[in-house]
Amino acid sequence: MNRVKILLAVCIAIAPLSAETYVIKNATVMTVSKGTFKGSVVVKDGKIAEVGQTVIEPAGATVIDGTGQYLIPGIIDCHSHIAADGGINEGSVSVSSMVDIRDVLNPEDIAIYRALAGGVTTANILHGSANSIGGCTLPIKMRWGKDAQSMIFEGATPGIKFALGENPKRAGNPVGGGRGGAATVQARYPATRMGVEDTIREAFNEAKAYKAEWDDYNAKVARGEHPIPPRKDLKLEPLKEVLEGKRYVHSHCYRADEILMLLRIADDYGFKVRTFQHVLEGYKVAKEIAAHGAGASTFSDWWSFKVEAYDAIPYNAAIMTKKGVVVSLNSDDAELMRHLNSEAGKAMKYGGMSETEALAMVTLNPAKQLGIENRVGSIEVGKDADLVLYDKFPLSDYAKVQKVLIDGTIYFDRDKEVSGRALKQAEKQKLIDKEKQNQQRQPGRGGRAGQGGQQ
Amino acid sequence: MKLLGILAGCAILAAAASNDPVLIRNADVYPVTGAPIKGTSVLIQDGKIADIGAKIVAGKNVHVIEGKGLRVYPGMLDSGTELGLAEISAVRETVDTGELGEFMPQLRALVAVNPESEHFPVVRVNGITSVMTFPSSGGGGGGGGRFGGGERQMISGQAALIHTDGWTWEEMEINRSAAMHLIFPAIAGRGGRGGGGPAPDSVLEIFGNAAGAGTYTAARRAYEQQIAKLSEFFDDARKYQKARAANEPGFRRDLKFEAMIPVLDRKVPVAVSAGRASTIHDAIAFAEKQNIKIVILQPRELGKAAAELKAKNIPVVLGRVLALPETEDSPYDEAFTLPAEAYKAGVKFAFGTFNNEFVRNLPYQAATAVGFGLPYEEALKAVTINPAEIWGVSDKVGSVEKGKLADLMVTDGDPLEIQTQVKYLYIKGKEVPLTNKQTRLAEKYMGRQ
Repeated sequence: MNRVKILLAVCIAIAPLSAETYVIKNATVMTVSKGTFKGSVVVKDGKIAEVGQTVIEPAGATVIDGTGQYLIPGIIDCHSHIAADGGINEGSVSVSSMVDIRDVLNPEDIAIYRALAGGVTTANILHGSANSIGGCTLPIKMRWGKDAQSMIFEGATPGIKFALGENPKRAGNPVGGGRGGAATVQARYPATRMGVEDTIREAFNEAKAYKAEWDDYNAKVARGEHPIPPRKDLKLEPLKEVLEGKRYVHSHCYRADEILMLLRIADDYGFKVRTFQHVLEGYKVAKEIAAHGAGASTFSDWWSFKVEAYDAIPYNAAIMTKKGVVVSLNSDDAELMRHLNSEAGKAMKYGGMSETEALAMVTLNPAKQLGIENRVGSIEVGKDADLVLYDKFPLSDYAKVQKVLIDGTIYFDRDKEVSGRALKQAEKQKLIDKEKQNQQRQPGRGGRAGQGGQQ
Repeated sequence: MKLLGILAGCAILAAAASNDPVLIRNADVYPVTGAPIKGTSVLIQDGKIADIGAKIVAGKNVHVIEGKGLRVYPGMLDSGTELGLAEISAVRETVDTGELGEFMPQLRALVAVNPESEHFPVVRVNGITSVMTFPSSGGGGGGGGRFGGGERQMISGQAALIHTDGWTWEEMEINRSAAMHLIFPAIAGRGGRGGGGPAPDSVLEIFGNAAGAGTYTAARRAYEQQIAKLSEFFDDARKYQKARAANEPGFRRDLKFEAMIPVLDRKVPVAVSAGRASTIHDAIAFAEKQNIKIVILQPRELGKAAAELKAKNIPVVLGRVLALPETEDSPYDEAFTLPAEAYKAGVKFAFGTFNNEFVRNLPYQAATAVGFGLPYEEALKAVTINPAEIWGVSDKVGSVEKGKLADLMVTDGDPLEIQTQVKYLYIKGKEVPLTNKQTRLAEKYMGRQ
């Protein structure tokens, strides 16, 4: 109850006070959930207030002319490492569930603005894949200019990163080690896929016992007894939340065998895998993934960069969809993140997905996977006004983002971005000149004083 | 079901491959070098484009393709790959780029091309019929610079222009020595994740320490020493050439210098990897001094160098359009707009992907450039006729013209648009099946009950 109150308070605190009322008129509106049509969208108090071929224009609304343009829901990237201030891998242990992305969020990472300029409004920020069990994750909104706390997607269920396959094995096979070679670095368990399974099982074995202690304690308290509480374990706490269904498991994986392996661990310990990430061989075990109810968040067409990516096929997203899996396309990369719209287009090319099915892979489906589909992912009345306006059909590389709204506030405007460049350049030049003067006054500060360089 | 249908269609095509003449009838032909011709026919015979015209009649043994609603384009050419040389970039055993040694002009990419590489059928599906394959991409993906001595190389060897189909590397060859690859020295970079590559001039000029290894002064000195070393190698090659011509007593054949002769004679261009405007400027000065032909590879900025490139008629191979800006305060669309900038400056250019994994996305890189200001026709030329001209093979490939090799893609729409499918592909007149490991796996597992 207290928690709900706090969340509500947070929601109110970050609600953009200055959110204007907008009418985005005469655009091709691709709602994802309710079809595509020529029409308008009314944005009020940060939410989508009306959607239709014709809408009632509220008095005082600012009109955005969308003629010839396309409006889609804000893009959601289910796998990103931006804004994490380099806090990607706590590589010293194989189970690092005690670390949390929340503690390293950097709201000034320029990648946030660049992603915004690529139409991304929400991203799931994860740790890296060095550990079988990585750290705690959470989705953020690209509220560029706000502080770290205000970036967090309020009320969203947090997650935890798992990793299978080559990456978590790596620390078990240090460079210079192996047969005959003297290891320069101590090998860290595990070194094989067998060991990865064991590492995760051992962790849940502990977590289950830990949960039993707490359940026992809580039952005693409920009976009016006054037992001594168990010692809080920061490593096991997130895993206990997984067992309680309060924290989502997002697992990095490539090969079919390891996907199946984690599904069986989950079955044995009674938790759900929320999403398989990358899941490049998901098409081989789509039936099992669908039966478990896990989502799959994959690359559109990455392949061949390592052995476990050699059977990757661009038809993966389409096949898994056809076999009943909720599929999203993610970036895992600050550059790719900027054109997930055209990545979705590839699902149409490879495997014949419809426009809506393809667009859902970067909007509604990742929203479902992150459990935030009641707030974002489609253009529907009552949802957050997270919207992207493109100049052309968006599932194409010809398309350019024109405007991005989050919570009904314009966070990116290409016209303003371009027209503001001269001013920024002048400001930069001023700073450069100042720095040059400083260096002339204090030679030896690493400048190129006395150097007759060209240009 | 639809997916299976597409795949089954591909399998039937595979059976049709033969050397009989082919007539693609009633299609829209986009020659690239001229205006589109609607509703015409293309006759393919003896590996070449034998005729183009509405009135061609199918003779005996001619395999007729009904082209109504389809478009015929020249096959695309990627000007920056390691195709055939690198299979799985993370596994050294499968990567043959990046040899040891600083000056290795005698190395030939062609001889290490594995015709059975899975990458060839993968890129063919998207209409890529030929590629430049480099002995080292000079960074930017694949194995280039990551293994062996690649990172310390200057001259990495001879890049080959090859077809993406053939039984052997000899049959794949279009030009075995299309370019000599030179990785021009650069002032030491910052390194680190995301920062990768040399620091841009704008940063180095002010914050000398960004050079990483000590001060800017030291980094600059190291850079100049590298260039001096490079000049010395060229000077030695020239002395060798003279001694050879004069048949001087005691003359001994040297394979490195032998390989340099076509470069010194301006018969083979030097493809120079140079990322920054000042490096391009220095590379141009070097080329002038040495009287060699050059092509600039993978510039990340053009700046003042654009006018120089235009004035000296030096072409450029633009790297990945879908790339992050060089510095934190660079415009977000810096890489997206570089092709338009090159075009406006009058610089001739082609596109390269510089990463085997993304060769099939060559047309989409071109499309991004169009989205950010490059005229559509120029984007299409940059993946067809421009590279053919740059690599000296425009008499053979790069456009749909009578007498050229029949390297053709038949599509159901604009080839730069993602959703467009390549329906038929011809390489040297041979119909190539549009199947690969990936379509086979898709078919197999789609059928899993």
